Amino acid sequence: MIDMTPFWLSFKLAALTTLILFFIALPLAWWLSQTRAKGKPFIEALTALPIVLPPSVLGFYILVALSPDSPVGAFVESLFGVKLVFTFAGLVVASCFYSLPFMVQPLQNGFESLNRHMIEASYLAGKSTAETLWRVALPNIKPALSTALIITFAHTVGEFGVVLMVGGSIPNETKVASVAIYEMVEVMEYGKAHVYAAIMLGLSFAVLLGVYMFNHKQKNSMGVV
Amino acid sequence: MIRIDVAKKLHGSEGSMTLAVNASVNRGDFIVIMGESGAGKSTLLRILAGLEEAEGSIAVDGEFWQDQGTKLAIQKRSVGFVFQDYALFEHMSVKENLLFVNHDNVFADELLGMMEIEGLAERNVQRLSGGQKQRVALARALMRRPGVLLMDEPFSALDPRMRHKLAEKIKELHQRFGMTTLMVSHDVGEAKKLANRVWFIESGRAKEYDTHYLEELY
Repeated sequence: MIDMTPFWLSFKLAALTTLILFFIALPLAWWLSQTRAKGKPFIEALTALPIVLPPSVLGFYILVALSPDSPVGAFVESLFGVKLVFTFAGLVVASCFYSLPFMVQPLQNGFESLNRHMIEASYLAGKSTAETLWRVALPNIKPALSTALIITFAHTVGEFGVVLMVGGSIPNETKVASVAIYEMVEVMEYGKAHVYAAIMLGLSFAVLLGVYMFNHKQKNSMGVV
Repeated sequence: MIRIDVAKKLHGSEGSMTLAVNASVNRGDFIVIMGESGAGKSTLLRILAGLEEAEGSIAVDGEFWQDQGTKLAIQKRSVGFVFQDYALFEHMSVKENLLFVNHDNVFADELLGMMEIEGLAERNVQRLSGGQKQRVALARALMRRPGVLLMDEPFSALDPRMRHKLAEKIKELHQRFGMTTLMVSHDVGEAKKLANRVWFIESGRAKEYDTHYLEELY
């Protein structure tokens, strides 16, 4: 019997990360798209770092930052009683850093492509920035929004280096599918590795196909003339 | 009455210049603002609406919209604004565009009727012609019953017949709602038909011509 827990963990991690990142990235992407502040390139570069950094480097820094010996780790542990190293909660935190640019960048591009006058019309209608973001900007960047969600989800499912560094490989806790496959190959259990890899491939494709089909339908039903 | 005394540095294709406007607008005035492209006509409207920063002060009926660094939020100004490119909320129907501004169903129906687009109420705005879009934009701008209506070349993308029709409509609405209206236009005929005062913006300064002078000029 094949143990499906690693897959469940992978998808749970991806879903949680996507959900949390959406609410973190939304105001950040909006701010980046609207601001003329001098500090913008600095924030943009910082946000994009996880794309360039080797996962081991990112994982190393997160590991150090979250460890109980560090101020952050100690603070979280004393406040919530949660350890962030070699735990699922730690994986979620690490994944949020790792996948941040994949959520921020499509949203920011979407917001920047909007007609400025439409946003201004909302302010002129007496609406606050938050209401404008939620009721005018977001509904008009649906393709960018679904791209951000899909890519963040897919990218988190495909995570390996950071997960291994921060989470280790604790069964039922941090041993996600990618790590499980790596371990099987290490101990030369190719048969099992094949099965796991094939399931991963099939599931990932099915999720992406589902979302793209939904998107395709959405675009067609909008019926832009 | 609106007291305008504002200045802003503009960076155009022909170098930078300062737009400095010092003028008064009476309640009920219909002012057409003319001038060459890049003269700062649209910028002046945007400054009044709060969409653009500028030095100086703006007072409307004794209330300061901006003065010495303080600025009344865009949301709090009693302004209706019509953009050249309509700027409708594209994910909404015609009526939703109006109700988004102010949830007054009866008034929305009344405005749609006045604009003769009541039959389009449920249609998505992306499926409208240019003339229809501009009428929706105008109706939307009136939903808050603004004291001041600002229009930035509202007819520029329309054919002559539609221009004429909409100009009539605007004149009627201006009188009916007792608004103070400032409209940017390139068309002398429109200015003559609509305005009781005409401003020319030249080298960053607004000069006033009375409409009779305009008749002689053209």
